[in-house]
Amino acid sequence: MSVNLSLISLEIATAAFGLALLVLGLIVPKTGRTGFGSLTTLGLIGLLGLSFTLWNNQGSLYDGIYIVDRYAVFFKQIFLAAAIMVAMGSMRYVDEMGAQAEYYSMLVFATLGMMVMASAGDFITLYLGLELMTIAFIILVCYKRLDAKSVEAGIKYVLLAGLSSAVLLFGLSLVYGLTGTVTILKVTWAFLTPGAFSPALLLGVVMLVAGLGFKISAVPFHMWAPDIYEGAPTPITAFLAAGSKAASFAILLRVFAAGLAGVWENWAMLVAILAGVTIIVGNLVAIPQTNIKRMLAYSSIAQAGYILVGLVTASPAGIKAVIFYSFLYIFATIGAFTVVSHFYTVTGSDEIKDYAGLSQRSPLMAAVLVVAMLSMAGIPPLAGFVGKFYLFQTVVENYLWLAFIGLIMSMVSVYYYLMVSLVMYRDQPADTTPIAVPYPVAVTLIVAMVLTLFIGIYPNPVAKIVNAAAMSFFMLQ
Amino acid sequence: MDFPILSIILLAPVAGVIFLLFIPKDEFKLIKSVAAIALGASFGLTVYTYFAYNQTAGGLQFVERYPWINDLGVTLFLGVDGLSLPMLLLVTMIGFAAVFASWNVSERPREFMILFMLLVVGVMGTFVAQDLFIFLLFYEVVVIPIYIMVIIWGSSKRVTKEYAGMKLTIYLLIGSAFLLVGVIAVFVRALIITGVPDFSFTGLAQVPFPVDFQIYMFALMLLGFGSLLSMWPFHSWSPDGYAGAPTAVSMIHAGVLKKIGGYGLIRIALYVLPAGAQFWAPFMAVLGVAGVAYAAFAALAQKDLKYVIGYSSVSHMGYVLLGIASLNVIGINGAVATMFGHGVMAALFFSTVGFIYEKTHSRWIPDFGGLSQQVPRLAVAFLLAGLASLGLPGLVTFVPEFTTFIGAFKVYGGLAVVAITGVILTALYILRAAANTMFGPKRAEWDHLVDIRGPEMVPLVVLGVFLVVFGLLPSLLMDMVNNGVAPLVAEISDVLQIGGRF
Repeated sequence: MSVNLSLISLEIATAAFGLALLVLGLIVPKTGRTGFGSLTTLGLIGLLGLSFTLWNNQGSLYDGIYIVDRYAVFFKQIFLAAAIMVAMGSMRYVDEMGAQAEYYSMLVFATLGMMVMASAGDFITLYLGLELMTIAFIILVCYKRLDAKSVEAGIKYVLLAGLSSAVLLFGLSLVYGLTGTVTILKVTWAFLTPGAFSPALLLGVVMLVAGLGFKISAVPFHMWAPDIYEGAPTPITAFLAAGSKAASFAILLRVFAAGLAGVWENWAMLVAILAGVTIIVGNLVAIPQTNIKRMLAYSSIAQAGYILVGLVTASPAGIKAVIFYSFLYIFATIGAFTVVSHFYTVTGSDEIKDYAGLSQRSPLMAAVLVVAMLSMAGIPPLAGFVGKFYLFQTVVENYLWLAFIGLIMSMVSVYYYLMVSLVMYRDQPADTTPIAVPYPVAVTLIVAMVLTLFIGIYPNPVAKIVNAAAMSFFMLQ
Repeated sequence: MDFPILSIILLAPVAGVIFLLFIPKDEFKLIKSVAAIALGASFGLTVYTYFAYNQTAGGLQFVERYPWINDLGVTLFLGVDGLSLPMLLLVTMIGFAAVFASWNVSERPREFMILFMLLVVGVMGTFVAQDLFIFLLFYEVVVIPIYIMVIIWGSSKRVTKEYAGMKLTIYLLIGSAFLLVGVIAVFVRALIITGVPDFSFTGLAQVPFPVDFQIYMFALMLLGFGSLLSMWPFHSWSPDGYAGAPTAVSMIHAGVLKKIGGYGLIRIALYVLPAGAQFWAPFMAVLGVAGVAYAAFAALAQKDLKYVIGYSSVSHMGYVLLGIASLNVIGINGAVATMFGHGVMAALFFSTVGFIYEKTHSRWIPDFGGLSQQVPRLAVAFLLAGLASLGLPGLVTFVPEFTTFIGAFKVYGGLAVVAITGVILTALYILRAAANTMFGPKRAEWDHLVDIRGPEMVPLVVLGVFLVVFGLLPSLLMDMVNNGVAPLVAEISDVLQIGGRF
């Protein structure tokens, strides 16, 4: 069997780039290391360029183990865009942490893990990608070695990620036991026959939901998220919230909407309830938070709930909605966290009350934070509104209650987002010195804000691409 | 149409916003002038459009249509008819006047004007959009600027401005959540029935929705639009919100923003879901009349001028609801025209109270007396607005209210009579407020007050002219409104007759 290596050229290049960064970090003397941020950014932009050549180059490798369709490519582009923004937004932050080469190299490896997840066509590859990403993240989470909170977060992440992996593996092995195959495509066929449902499968589905639910921080598997989001270096929190979540959704869709499509009616209600509970708990618990990272952590839990809504019907429209929302969610999340991380580098605080008067100290940061948060809340004309429209239109006919929960809770979420705006806009700053926004951070912020506005006002171009990606998801079956 | 006049009306304030971003923040005069010019341009063009509209041809005119989101069937579809033109005129007029009513804002005026212009764009957009999705985009744009304006420039008297702002925001957002569910459900059902995604009002109105579905969805939309229209019992944000808000926001909000609720009820809920409207009409009428009576009594008990006007506006919106609920051309004509008349009046009222507050730092009626001797021009504005509020013949509100009652009386008899008593109560609280603030013995403590002059006169002149001219020549308004309402009602009348119960 001949192998079309051009299909995995992106992964090969990413792996090579990550290794090169690692080696370079050892060679280059300590004083010359400030260029790594820019180098990584440039390299990732190059990889993003490379990914566009794959848009019309689709296929699968090794008998369906590795799938390169537009769905996978689009997700990879999402990850790369997220990684670029994180790399750019974190330059200042990382300069102050020291020892950067490994940081950027791990960032690239985490991205590679996500790419493998997006393309995974069987359970083993899926697990491989997941672990690659998770291990890179573990290192990144506790990167601030001297900060007790960061180390604590790292250890928590090791333990809980390990636990969730075990649960996931157990679920996967149950499905394997029932079908005799690990290839998702063949699993799909096995379950298409009527009467394929069995109690063992139910157990498997529950395990899968639990294992993947951990990764997307769905309630009740969300407990880790606020602690780890709070403790991790803020750029990593952004990447964790945006990239890791999007990648987990990529495999969630593969496993459920493709692999278990045949037994859809047996898990749809489970996912719907999970989505509803996640939306409610995430939003309500976000309200009393006083630390902005914790607040954003809970809000990102709620966001995961919204995205789950798209999975409930497992229809092309649902897949499209998930991809669309993941795309715009990246920009909103990274925009918000970049503001938070830059604010921390300047002032050393993550408390919401210290954001007083930010609109006067740095109008750009305040504006980006408001735009990003309101986009998450789904206020038009920001991207989140269109995203929620796509998501909830899939469930409004058969799961009207879910649409009610989702839309009412998103209006509730405006409350805690506005409390931050209140502090930033109304209050006079305690310290009136303007906050300088360095060039790379400013670019990240402006890109995030402009895209969020643009997609909200004129979503057509993105909708077209996402349509193509969603179509390819069903084509290879 | 060759000349995209509606786009220009919409974009003029946006251009103003972009301009302001590059102006240093301490150039106070320049900032306000830019805002005045941008909103003045919109206002001028709207006046032109109003008179250039061809009434014999009728229907949507000045149409612009561009494909927008293909897979949802959304088009950027702008156009005006007799229903939306008066509303568009209202928002641009009040927007223009409100800049001058805020001429003395000295705290962060640049941010104030930027937010205010965004707010005006949002409101204008809802009236020119002929596509439900685009309508929604504009509909919620307004909420956030209002919130920020209330918390920065608002005033805390009876309730804190933070409370007022958040109450207003949450009420409107929760209402709009119900509306959104309704809209999404209507869209999806239409897609299932016709197979072609289409979001335009006309397209959705052609879809034969099942009656049960219409009833259900109309309820959601009534909740959404009703809470924006301060329909009793979802009105409580309105007096608090207006009291907390800065003058310009109160003017726009009471003047036009809540009218989006009435406009949406007619243009969307009634037009797309006529059978639902038929089912809920009696409930709407009862809620409307309850609002008229309740809010009028509440206004009687107020001592804070802004609360008097706030409750008064809730009470007037009851008429609008009653007019819509009559489901006939005359009643709906009356409702739309009442919205226009009340808008001009409320804007003038709030700007007057704004000036009084600015000069005296009080809105408490017992603090005043005999102001007409110290500030005669303000007193003229106050009386003009007050008399319009109680529906004095010869001012813009008389004919619309009269029409509403005619339309409603045919259908609801007794309820309409109750609503008419609201007029008497209005006269009571308005005249009492006027007597206690403007007339009576002069008070020495207000001798230092300087009457409004220069730019401060603009709201009085602009709004006053419309109050009088449209009052003396009611056909200017009523013909236009009828031109929009009659075809709309004709289109749904067959549905209304099949299940007619009256």
